[in-house]
Amino acid sequence: MSATTAENKVAVASQRQLIWWRFRKHKLALVSAFIVAAFYLVAMFADTIAYTEPFDTQSARSYIPPQPITWFDADGHFHPTVNALKGKRDPRTFKLSYAPDPGETRDLVLFGHGYEYRLFGLIPTDIHLLGVSNSRPQDALFLLGTDQLGRDVFSRLVLASRTSLTIGLVGVVMSLVLGVLLGGISGLYGGWIDVVIQRVIEILRSIPTIPLWMGLAAAVPNSWTPQQVYFAITLIISLIGWTELARVVRGRFLALREEDFITAAELAGASQMRIIFKHMVPSFLSHIIAAVSLALPAMIISETTLSFLGLGLRPPAISWGVLLQDAQNLQTLALAPWLLVVALPVIVVILAFNFLGDGLRDAADPYG
Amino acid sequence: MLAYLIRRVGLAVITIWAITIVTFIILQLPPGDFVDAYVAQASAMGTAISAGEAAALRHAYGLDQSVWVQYYKWMAHIVHGEFGQSFEYGRPVTEVIGDRLWLTILLSIGAIIVTWGLALPIGIYSAVRQYSIGDYIFTFIGFVGLAVPNFLLALIIMYVGLRVFNVSVGGLFSSEFQLAPWSWAKVWDLAGHLPVPMLILALAGTAQLVRIMRANLLDELRRPYVVTARARGLSERRVIMKYPVRAALNPFASTIGYLLPYTVSGSVIISVVLSLPTVGPLLLHSLISQDMLLGSTIILMLGVLTVFGTLLSDLLLMWIDPRIRLGQLK
Amino acid sequence: MADEPILSVRDLHTHFFADEGVVRAVDGTSFDLHSGRTLGIVGESGCGKSVTAKSILRIVERPGRIVSGQIMLRRQNGSTVDLTTLPTDGREMRSIRGGEIGLVFQEPMSSLSAFHTIGNQLMEGIRLHKDLSKRAIREQAIELLNMVGIPRPSQRIDSYSFELSGGLRQRVMIAMALAAEPRVLIADEPTTALDVTTQAQILDLIRRLQQERDLAVMLITHDMGVIAEMADDVVVMYLGKEVEKGPVDEIFHAPRHPYTQSLLRSIPSVLAEPRSRLATITGSIPHPFARPGGCPFHPRCPDRHAECETTVPAEVEIGENHVTACHLYTKVPA
Repeated sequence: MSATTAENKVAVASQRQLIWWRFRKHKLALVSAFIVAAFYLVAMFADTIAYTEPFDTQSARSYIPPQPITWFDADGHFHPTVNALKGKRDPRTFKLSYAPDPGETRDLVLFGHGYEYRLFGLIPTDIHLLGVSNSRPQDALFLLGTDQLGRDVFSRLVLASRTSLTIGLVGVVMSLVLGVLLGGISGLYGGWIDVVIQRVIEILRSIPTIPLWMGLAAAVPNSWTPQQVYFAITLIISLIGWTELARVVRGRFLALREEDFITAAELAGASQMRIIFKHMVPSFLSHIIAAVSLALPAMIISETTLSFLGLGLRPPAISWGVLLQDAQNLQTLALAPWLLVVALPVIVVILAFNFLGDGLRDAADPYG
Repeated sequence: MLAYLIRRVGLAVITIWAITIVTFIILQLPPGDFVDAYVAQASAMGTAISAGEAAALRHAYGLDQSVWVQYYKWMAHIVHGEFGQSFEYGRPVTEVIGDRLWLTILLSIGAIIVTWGLALPIGIYSAVRQYSIGDYIFTFIGFVGLAVPNFLLALIIMYVGLRVFNVSVGGLFSSEFQLAPWSWAKVWDLAGHLPVPMLILALAGTAQLVRIMRANLLDELRRPYVVTARARGLSERRVIMKYPVRAALNPFASTIGYLLPYTVSGSVIISVVLSLPTVGPLLLHSLISQDMLLGSTIILMLGVLTVFGTLLSDLLLMWIDPRIRLGQLK
Repeated sequence: MADEPILSVRDLHTHFFADEGVVRAVDGTSFDLHSGRTLGIVGESGCGKSVTAKSILRIVERPGRIVSGQIMLRRQNGSTVDLTTLPTDGREMRSIRGGEIGLVFQEPMSSLSAFHTIGNQLMEGIRLHKDLSKRAIREQAIELLNMVGIPRPSQRIDSYSFELSGGLRQRVMIAMALAAEPRVLIADEPTTALDVTTQAQILDLIRRLQQERDLAVMLITHDMGVIAEMADDVVVMYLGKEVEKGPVDEIFHAPRHPYTQSLLRSIPSVLAEPRSRLATITGSIPHPFARPGGCPFHPRCPDRHAECETTVPAEVEIGENHVTACHLYTKVPA
């Protein structure tokens, strides 16, 4: 009997329910949704989670390897500590360098004090997620080691995540606007406008993008502020990215135009606007969402690539691409392999967005 | 068929023209005109350019006139094969580019062949053996290819190669062949170095194509003509390989239109990471040092070659699709 | 006319095992095919007719499979084999497909590959079952095209399917089904996608071929008119079960099952009063996951009573070779 009631539910489920059920079945997509949410949470609280200012250079602290955390003390109690650093002067070069001192330890605390910042850009505070007792975090805490200029990698990574993740968002929004506009016009009105827009899309798609981006990005003057550069890069990336979204939107509009329920609405006297917004848009909203979540990783990869090449965001701005620049040559990697850890969040986020987008796309067509 | 041909060629011509415009814009973007840069570079290297010479150069390139004239003069030079001088190297651009362009083409085409060679069987397998362990494994590898940007992959492989295998993965030639003239031994050396960059380059494209092939094949497998073929008594294997695969091959083949630009793009970055003597590192270098004639020429060449390659593949597609040959499709 | 049936289906059950539940596409049907006679299988869309045809040829797609029942085929060499016991991709089953049983499908538009010439596909059908030289196969293919009425067959053989009209394509499909000279022809809605004139031509063709080759024809359709014209015996199906079975005259002149009666009543008649309402069957076909208990037709039956909701009616004989599964008749003394 319970089998038939379950079967009954399928027969009368609404479209949204069907989409949700299908999405839920895609376990991977579900997990990815959480991962993406977690990443953006980190981006929102980036300053809180980081504990050292990303520009705090201390050449004496260069290339310190990641600090291991001792979780339990000698008595077996949960007491996380890290080794303090001791300065040593090299007898021949007189250079000061720091190395972990096994004798002295510092307690790892939650919500310790660190550098000052504004939470959400409004509330001034100096509380960070992690800290150390008896010391400033910038002198004692190096969870992922430091880079050549002595800057803490962990904090830079967290703050870079914020930039990279938001560039992706801004870029996608711009692409979305362009894509929906042009794709919509193309699909709705057809005729020669459609032909022209389609040709433009084809032309854009047949040009290799990286050389083009490189050329455009190189033209951004060095004198611009990081914010201006940020916008310019986003603009450049979304100028190519809109084509995919436009194609999806156009395809959907074309298919929908032929649907009987649209003809019915027209015959019933509904206005063009009403038909578009009340009838057509809900129909392909889920497709758009799926396309967007698949376009995001492309944006992130684009920015990372450009910055990695040195043509995108430039120091002192930080993003994943900028951080990866530090890991570019083999000698550096041989000295400080932990610099490559930047690759991890990049890969995880891109994978997560792809699975998420896939799941959404599969679910968006519950009858398909 | 003629209509199709005319359309594709016409589109290619327009695209190339658009590329020249965009490249011209890029050429002009940096502040000041490039004769200024030329003068500055030259004096930095110890050669002085007199005001009269500079003015003559300006006139030759039409820099003292409107944008349209400049464009026209630049195009006129290009059509004659004169791409100008690289300021940094002090030699004609074509000389500086030299072999690198051919190597880029070789790398890209090689990567595409690898991509197809891998994607086709894997795609078919994934569709026919859906949900099997093999399918999941390939899907996973595919996702790696999709998710890891190829320069990152190159970086990681370089690092792993050095630390774990003590092998240096970069470059296309061993040190003794790098500046040597071409010989069979050099070709052999090249062949030995090509597989790793080609594979890295091919991975992302393969992942995408596998998904496309898989999706298309899954669609086709449900169609009536497959049932008809089975009902005729054909073995399952022949049914699949002869009919739905053939049908799914079309959208698959048409992907080369987007695969070629994607691969050429990728080769530029990979070349930078792996220090390959192709066009990539040269382009980056020229853009950073604002050697615009060199940089924009490279962009132009890459664009034109890509469009050319795409056109060729479109013609190939036209040849193998009876529907287009006989005028059924546009 | 052979007395022994050439194909016997006994109590066939084919189910589809989807994530959301089990769809009992064919839920207990039995019938015989005889050489030279046409069996019509009729019912609304979704009642399991096509699945029955696919089950016989063992080409039911996943997630469907034959759960129980027998399909006995008397082969050309005299032996009898139960098709449900053969491996689906085995040599024997493959030789039966096309060689002993031919299938004509309902969508001539998409039942032929667009990338291969019709000759290629036709000759493949011959080559799989006959050992002849390439030239002989081609000649035979041209002869087949001629037989089904394709004009200029020696040129048409190299055409692609999209160069032919729907009617011509269907003729090619029939030629392909008969290419290896099977003794059974299953035609699944062969005329549904065609216009009325072409329909008549195709049906004539099938009838002629049946006479010439003494074919056993199984004709699947939802069109009672086609049944009246072509069938000798009829099986009426509803939701995978057969509800009435008998000679065509009996079914048309003395239908017993309320569903059969409704089907016949709903045929628009030339002789009807103008502006009178078309008769319909109340309600609609239930969702496959929401099958009614008891008799599957009871929610829409004008003659239902209490017993119909709880018990599945068994088949009873109500005339010569005429059976029905309905509680109205179960009390008829044997």
